[in-house]
Amino acid sequence: MLIDKIEARANPTTHTLVALVENKPGVLNRVASLMRRRNFNIHSLAVGETEDPSVSRMTIVIDASKTNAALVERNLHKLVNVIEVQDVSNMPTVMRELALIKVSVDDAAKRGEIKQIADMFQSRVVDVAKDSMMIEVAGEETKVDSVLSILADYGILEVVRTGRIAMARGGK
Amino acid sequence: MKLTGAQIIWETLIQQGSTTVFGYPGGAILPAYDALYDYNDRIKHVLVRHEENAALAADSYFRATGKVGVCMATSGPGATNLVTGLANAMLDSSAVVAITGQVASHLVGSDAFQETDIIGITLPITKHNFLVTDINELAQTLAEAFYIARSGRPGPVLVDICKDVQQKSVDYTPVTSVELRGYKAIKPQPQKSVADKLAQAGALIESARKPIILAGQGIKHANAHDDFKAFVEKSGIPVATTLLGIGVLSEDHPLNLRMMGMHGEAYVNQAIAGADLIIAMGMRFDDRVTGNLKTYAKNARVIHVDIDAAEINKNVPADVGIVASLKDVLPPLTSMIEKRSYASWLAQISEWRGDTQSHDILQVELPQDMLLAPQVIRTIYDVTGGEVTVCTDVGQHQMWQTQYFQHKRRNQLITSGGLGTMGFALPAAIGAKFGRPQDEVWAIAGDGGFQMSIPELATVAQEELDIKIAIVNNNYLGMVRQWQELMHDRRYSSVNMWSPDFVKLAAAYGIPGIRAKTLQEAREAVQMARAHKGPYLIEFSVEQETNVFPMIQPGKSLDEMTRRPIQPAALGGGMDTVAR
Ligand SMILES: Cc1ncc(C[n+]2csc(CCOP(=O)(O)OP(=O)(O)O)c2C)c(N)n1
Repeated sequence: MLIDKIEARANPTTHTLVALVENKPGVLNRVASLMRRRNFNIHSLAVGETEDPSVSRMTIVIDASKTNAALVERNLHKLVNVIEVQDVSNMPTVMRELALIKVSVDDAAKRGEIKQIADMFQSRVVDVAKDSMMIEVAGEETKVDSVLSILADYGILEVVRTGRIAMARGGK
Repeated sequence: MKLTGAQIIWETLIQQGSTTVFGYPGGAILPAYDALYDYNDRIKHVLVRHEENAALAADSYFRATGKVGVCMATSGPGATNLVTGLANAMLDSSAVVAITGQVASHLVGSDAFQETDIIGITLPITKHNFLVTDINELAQTLAEAFYIARSGRPGPVLVDICKDVQQKSVDYTPVTSVELRGYKAIKPQPQKSVADKLAQAGALIESARKPIILAGQGIKHANAHDDFKAFVEKSGIPVATTLLGIGVLSEDHPLNLRMMGMHGEAYVNQAIAGADLIIAMGMRFDDRVTGNLKTYAKNARVIHVDIDAAEINKNVPADVGIVASLKDVLPPLTSMIEKRSYASWLAQISEWRGDTQSHDILQVELPQDMLLAPQVIRTIYDVTGGEVTVCTDVGQHQMWQTQYFQHKRRNQLITSGGLGTMGFALPAAIGAKFGRPQDEVWAIAGDGGFQMSIPELATVAQEELDIKIAIVNNNYLGMVRQWQELMHDRRYSSVNMWSPDFVKLAAAYGIPGIRAKTLQEAREAVQMARAHKGPYLIEFSVEQETNVFPMIQPGKSLDEMTRRPIQPAALGGGMDTVAR
């Protein structure tokens, strides 16, 4: 429920492109070089393997206030190693990000509070040390943002975010 | 059949029909050159004097023939020397395959002798590039390189081949088909959408009262100049061309207004500014063509046809954008429209045109002992009958070439547009002459640009190439001087150029030459050059501070041109700034 709501208010100034690319050396370099050369503004770029070992999948989030997403899409198409590009921004799509957040904690009471916060956001505590805790948050970026803003009061030591990954709903 | 990697390179070239190679040997490409020894009867290798010129010559060879131009260099400095030429081919969409040697595959990444990451370096200035570390992939990769270079929107492709790959042997069968998973020459789209867009374009044309066609070299690449002519004549719509579009329609055709943009004639830009419909074909709205984008063709609807989807809506938003080859668009569009003529629109344009002629520098009475650069261009045009192939350099003379020479066919003017590469003329003339040996080929360069490619005189001499070289010597980096005069308060900073005695210099290469200082001498010199069989150089000493007009200064609008002075500055004439 909560997650669906956050999804509904997906950031309107970003566009999400999904690119299937050949899994060959240097392809990430080609995509990054294109973005830099054409002065395209990107928020995040996530790459990983797919069901087909010869194909990788990139999720590219574009700052649409500065960059024309259609031009990015058409330029990506021109790269010889790019098999397919889709702008999924206006499609029913599941979008997720994973974040690891390390918070400084030095007493048991606070440890309990943080555990509660994690639970509220359906997140997990993945590490507990003498003076810190690590939380794993998965969801829309807005959810990650919310968790971050709440945890900020406790003192955030380290954050890593994967950047958005996306997949259109329904059959292929 | 077992062949070495080196042999496979030459076999592929023969198979692809590109048997002229411009190159320069060195360590990492030695095996290929060793194999070349046995292919000398089937491959013409032209030993240039600098690898940049190999790439520029290959680019020009493509423009002259439509066949993929090939250049070759060794690793490290040889490969990096190609860079300017590849960037030139990239911006002007020339199909070039560059083959470079690379250090042996087990040494890649170790900073071995003459190792540079030429793949990384040329990533943004090639359509695609490949590093070959496995002999089993060589033949396929080379075939892919040729296919990518020439299909869709043409461009340069670099293939970097490790030395050990050239040396190893493999069973070779010629590659007959290329399948690239991610590459589509033209972005695929539903048939229906193309048909719908054509119908929309037809409707826009139907309702236009002041239409204009902006023609670019995409028409040449599509081999669609005949279809284009048919479209123009049936539609009755006047045509303005880009610099690289010159020659898609003969410049003496009554509907050809000629070149648009920064140094286009005023009436051409006025017509674009006043049009209610722009039909852009195979052109990309470069800033030299549009001037200030905010005010560009404010009242016009825009139809934009280009083979490259990424050009649609890049600079100028299109009401109808069609992604296709002009070869596929022009015939159906022509049969869709009605035969028309736009009498009052054309009358308006010819009124503007008449005004231009009264401004023309050639209409002015000049002293007998003075030679102006525009007169040099016109003299070459008059004496040769205008049938020759001209390769220009970059600068003022290049713009005067567009203004004072009437180009009648495509491939007649070979010039560096997007990159504006000084030093282009001579290597381009070499490439063009190998591509079209029957043509009379002229290299026209400024004193600055020519000094960037002097070493190629040796190539001309060694190959006994019948190329006529015209140096328009104004003792300045003319175009830069002009900008300093007009935009920097005449603070001439590092533009004054000392030059050697070009006639003596040519003599040192065994190339005859002559100097011309007056119009009469200029005529005689061109006649002598033509009468001589073999290369010939003319140094034209011209008035030093003549400017190219009209001019749309950077950031200005199409209709804010600085017009030609009624009198050239050398005769005390000022500029005529007209903002209409
Ligand atoms: C390789 C390169 N360097 C610098 C420039 C900048 N540039 C453009 S035109 C020009 C002057 C050219 O002078 P010249 O060759 O004498 O020709 P002219 O303009 O006098 O006809 C220069 C320096 C360039 N286009 N290319």
